[in-house]
Amino acid sequence: MPGAVVPTVRIQAEDFDVAAETARMTQGRADIGAVVTFSGLCRDEAGRLAALELEHYPGMAEAEIGRIAAEAVRRWPLQGLTAIHRHGRIAPGENIVLVVAASTHRQAAFEAANFLMDFLKSRAPFWKKEHHTDGSEGGWVDAKEADDEAASRWKQAVPKRN
Amino acid sequence: MSTRLIYFAWVRERIGKPQEDVELPAGIETVADLLRWLKSRGEEYEHALQYPDVIRVAINQEHVEHREKISGAREIALFPPMTGG
Repeated sequence: MPGAVVPTVRIQAEDFDVAAETARMTQGRADIGAVVTFSGLCRDEAGRLAALELEHYPGMAEAEIGRIAAEAVRRWPLQGLTAIHRHGRIAPGENIVLVVAASTHRQAAFEAANFLMDFLKSRAPFWKKEHHTDGSEGGWVDAKEADDEAASRWKQAVPKRN
Repeated sequence: MSTRLIYFAWVRERIGKPQEDVELPAGIETVADLLRWLKSRGEEYEHALQYPDVIRVAINQEHVEHREKISGAREIALFPPMTGG
């Protein structure tokens, strides 16, 4: 049993650097065989969207993502796990969220990153509001049932620990 | 003992304030009781909590179900389903 990995969780207004976050996890180590990174970006919805405004619950956002990350560390044999979520106004093309998962083999890294994103979407206290290019306020983005279903599928899945 | 209520997204906009401290009347034992009581406090609350089933609730910054007891809660947050990620 390797030493317990302590996930890195950051909630911030500023952008993040995917390469720098990956390097931070892997530098000086020779035991990591797989790193999966997932970046979620703001898209322009075919030119309709000027920006997303992300509201969050300070304190709980960190705590909840920390709880999800701790569960991922418990389920998969990870060597590193980072989750960064931005808040505030984000323009199309900019980063919103980053997950980096490192493990000896790819399966655990892929699954842990996927798991973290699924739960982050349905349980991390963030809310997106759209601002349109025509100057109108687009309103709050509706939660998708598909996101809840994506999270619930992990209740059945029992990952292998090897 | 007063309880801090915090609102987010359209719940915050409809109620018209980000947070408030309230004295809960006797008999408010669960989250569902709280939502029912809040809804009766005026039309802005009625508007925000019109469909209580969709409202998500956190007590002391942890998700809870509507049947959860609220005794001892310092901070109760009400918000729509989350759309982060």
